Amino acid sequence: MADIEIPVLTTTVEKMVQWARRSAIWPVTFGLACCAIEMMAMSCGRYDIARFGAEVFRGSPRQSDLMVIAGRLSRKMAPVLRRIYDQMPEPKWVISMGACASCGGVFDNYAIVQGVDQIVPIDVYVPGCPPRPEALIYGIVQLQRKIDKQRMSA
Amino acid sequence: MPDTDASPVVDILRAAVPGATIEALPSVDMPAIVIDREHALETLTVARDHALLQFALLSDVTALDRLPVEPRFEVVYHLVCLGEAFATGTPAPARRLRVKVRVPGEDPRVTSLVSIYPGANWPEREVFDLFGILFEHHPDLRRILTPEDWTGHPLRKDYPVQIRKTAQSWEPIQLSVEEFAENIRRQRAVSEGLARESGPLGE
Amino acid sequence: MEGFLPILIMIALGIGFAAGNVFLSQFVGPSKPSPEKSAQYECGMPPVGDARQRQSIKFYLVAMIFLLFDIEVAFLYPWAIAFRDLGIIGYWQIVTFFLLLVTGYIYVWRKGVFDWSGDRSR
Repeated sequence: MADIEIPVLTTTVEKMVQWARRSAIWPVTFGLACCAIEMMAMSCGRYDIARFGAEVFRGSPRQSDLMVIAGRLSRKMAPVLRRIYDQMPEPKWVISMGACASCGGVFDNYAIVQGVDQIVPIDVYVPGCPPRPEALIYGIVQLQRKIDKQRMSA
Repeated sequence: MPDTDASPVVDILRAAVPGATIEALPSVDMPAIVIDREHALETLTVARDHALLQFALLSDVTALDRLPVEPRFEVVYHLVCLGEAFATGTPAPARRLRVKVRVPGEDPRVTSLVSIYPGANWPEREVFDLFGILFEHHPDLRRILTPEDWTGHPLRKDYPVQIRKTAQSWEPIQLSVEEFAENIRRQRAVSEGLARESGPLGE
Repeated sequence: MEGFLPILIMIALGIGFAAGNVFLSQFVGPSKPSPEKSAQYECGMPPVGDARQRQSIKFYLVAMIFLLFDIEVAFLYPWAIAFRDLGIIGYWQIVTFFLLLVTGYIYVWRKGVFDWSGDRSR
């Protein structure tokens, strides 16, 4: 048998785990308002988030890694959001999509929570009203870069 | 040009309910009338049942706050006659009607229409929630859009637009059936308490 | 016998991969239990009461009947494959088997197990 150079890829367990985590981020459906339409557009054929790993929007928080808060959050909905976030198993990440989720948007009134980061910790903010699907894909790619830097023993 | 002539409706209603005060209002999209609140239930029962009117569908209940002007609130009902699509006997002409009931600010109460239009249940809850108008004999008068423990009625003109308050993000992990029923009873008690404050609750 | 060795290796690899990953995630996966996380999922609302309610017996009956007839079909498949070797005797044997079960089916049908309308005017 001839001498073949066997190519061997050396890596650390941490890099493997990070690669696994960022390549299969499954969101939970948390579309609240108009931004949800752009999120749906992102998951459909033209912009297709499945090629980045977010294959399917899970209906249950127990099977998901990512919560994309798409839309304005009203005060009545805040405990529901917190409960769904609590029921996601670690490791979990949150993207605040749109102006209303990030800071209250155009609705500075009694009913809308002025920034979802009062309720849950946010990893990536995506501005826009609504952000284009490409902007949300860029947000998810930024999140993937953030996961690459995270230590495994979280 | 949509038909905005309310005079046929006004004539029939005035003949059927002699004591009521019914006036036609200027309008651009549908016939509009204003009636007094003491005869509101009786007049709207006639509007629903009269053979020439047949306003069988209550499409919406809403209100408006005209704060410096008295009477302060106007409760607005939108009635629809479906014509041949839903007629008992000979069909009446298909048309819409806007009915306004003026309500003073210090005694904001109106008889509920749930007994004649069951579909008025939730819209009247919405009007109570956002304006504070009490609906007498409503089976389940409690808040519907704002959180259950909210105070104040947001769509009144003297309610602040911006409120800086941290949102409550806690809720119990599990409720027993008794606690759930108690929550609903407590919310109904709030509207009964308000009713007692402004005066006797009618007959 | 040696034709089965690749299949055995495949089974071992499959079970080993699945079990290994489950085992590995105990060490690599984070574990932060909390009462909110273990609470029942009710779309974010607090669940009211418990789920212990009486269910209608019609579901159980249909499930049992499905199971019985599924096993019957499972017996029909090998007969169909060995049909030629079993001959005419085998044919009548399977027809007897089938008719016995069809009698049971007609009994269940006339008893009203398949009528879920809840209409008591029978």
